[in-house]
Amino acid sequence: MATRKVGLPLMNVISMKGVPILQQLEIEECLLRTSSDNWCIINDGTNKPNIVMGISGKPSELVEIKPVIEDKIPVIRRFTGGGTVIVDDGTIFVSFICNKDSVPDVQPYPRPIMSWSSLLYSKVFHGIADFKLRENDYVFGVRKFGGNAQSITKNRWIHHTSFLWDYKTRNMSYLKVPKRAPDYRLARDHLDFICPMKDYLSRSDFIDKTIEAARSHFSLASSDPPSNFEFTPTSKLLTKQELEAALIKTH
Amino acid sequence: MALRMWASSTANALRLSTASRPHFSPLSRCFSSVVDGLKYANSHEWVKHEGAVATVGITDHAQDHLGEVVFVDLPDVGGSVTKATGFGAVESVKATSDINSPISGEIVEVNSKLSETPGLINSSPYEDGWMIKIKPSNPSELESLMGAKEYTKFCEEEDASH
Repeated sequence: MATRKVGLPLMNVISMKGVPILQQLEIEECLLRTSSDNWCIINDGTNKPNIVMGISGKPSELVEIKPVIEDKIPVIRRFTGGGTVIVDDGTIFVSFICNKDSVPDVQPYPRPIMSWSSLLYSKVFHGIADFKLRENDYVFGVRKFGGNAQSITKNRWIHHTSFLWDYKTRNMSYLKVPKRAPDYRLARDHLDFICPMKDYLSRSDFIDKTIEAARSHFSLASSDPPSNFEFTPTSKLLTKQELEAALIKTH
Repeated sequence: MALRMWASSTANALRLSTASRPHFSPLSRCFSSVVDGLKYANSHEWVKHEGAVATVGITDHAQDHLGEVVFVDLPDVGGSVTKATGFGAVESVKATSDINSPISGEIVEVNSKLSETPGLINSSPYEDGWMIKIKPSNPSELESLMGAKEYTKFCEEEDASH
């Protein structure tokens, strides 16, 4: 892994498997805010189902709260923008944390970063599937298989994606159809709107190809995740009381 | 690239001629607008110093590049801000973007309309979309900020380099 191309900016690659999504988010926010290096974080599946909302997410609007409370599904509000996903061991997470000066052709705004990411992933799926970036989602044809979110600071940004390598149909029923949905969704419910990546390539092939695509932009080096970092993350697990209060709002 | 820079220069000439008016004009919506009399940070926030209070928001260039703002996270009154440090964030597209204060001081007012109508930042970045009002702790910090012409050139160069 530790090959270095002269002239390309360095990127540290953290490869994880089954790490809890809240822990992954805490690592990411810490690295975004306190590190000056570039990072690629890959988490091959998370340990159990979690619902993850964006920074402004309201559970009363996005989540079927009663079954979520009954089934004890954790609900997290993350530090990045964007929509709501339910993630589990079938989800593959890939995150890029970059200094804006390391990617000088990309203006540090949502749409240029999104375009840059789609160029990277088009290399991953070249010859495999009809991959497109469509209204900020990664799609095969008209079906979404990857959801994106970002956080942009003065000199750095993170672009992270949850890829649906596989998913459990019953878990999608915990999510409401959001009020703000992309036009191409056309009021389809979740199961008609999304598709699994497993129909196209294996987990290991996807991860290998993603690393290879990153190698065209960065010199990669393996790294361990930070531990014992002195940073207060803002992603948080909602309490049962907060969910119950949100449930009251829906009535 | 040359044609784009020429067009950009022409647009800047147009922007400056409209920017000489004291108030933001909807006629200038074709290109990002810059208002005379304000000071600007290189992170695309503006500050309007009037007496003991300075008002802060983000520029038309910033709101245009960010896209539709759907959520604004602002601090509480009574808190403090530090020059070039984040005090809040906006959410647009799928991103949260930090907002940095151009100057240091105490927050004396926060625009409460933005919680219900965050889109004011897009439709009226220099007026109804203001974010916080500060009592400056070091007014000399304003001197290191850009004026309208300098900021216009800064935006032009930034866009041209990408």
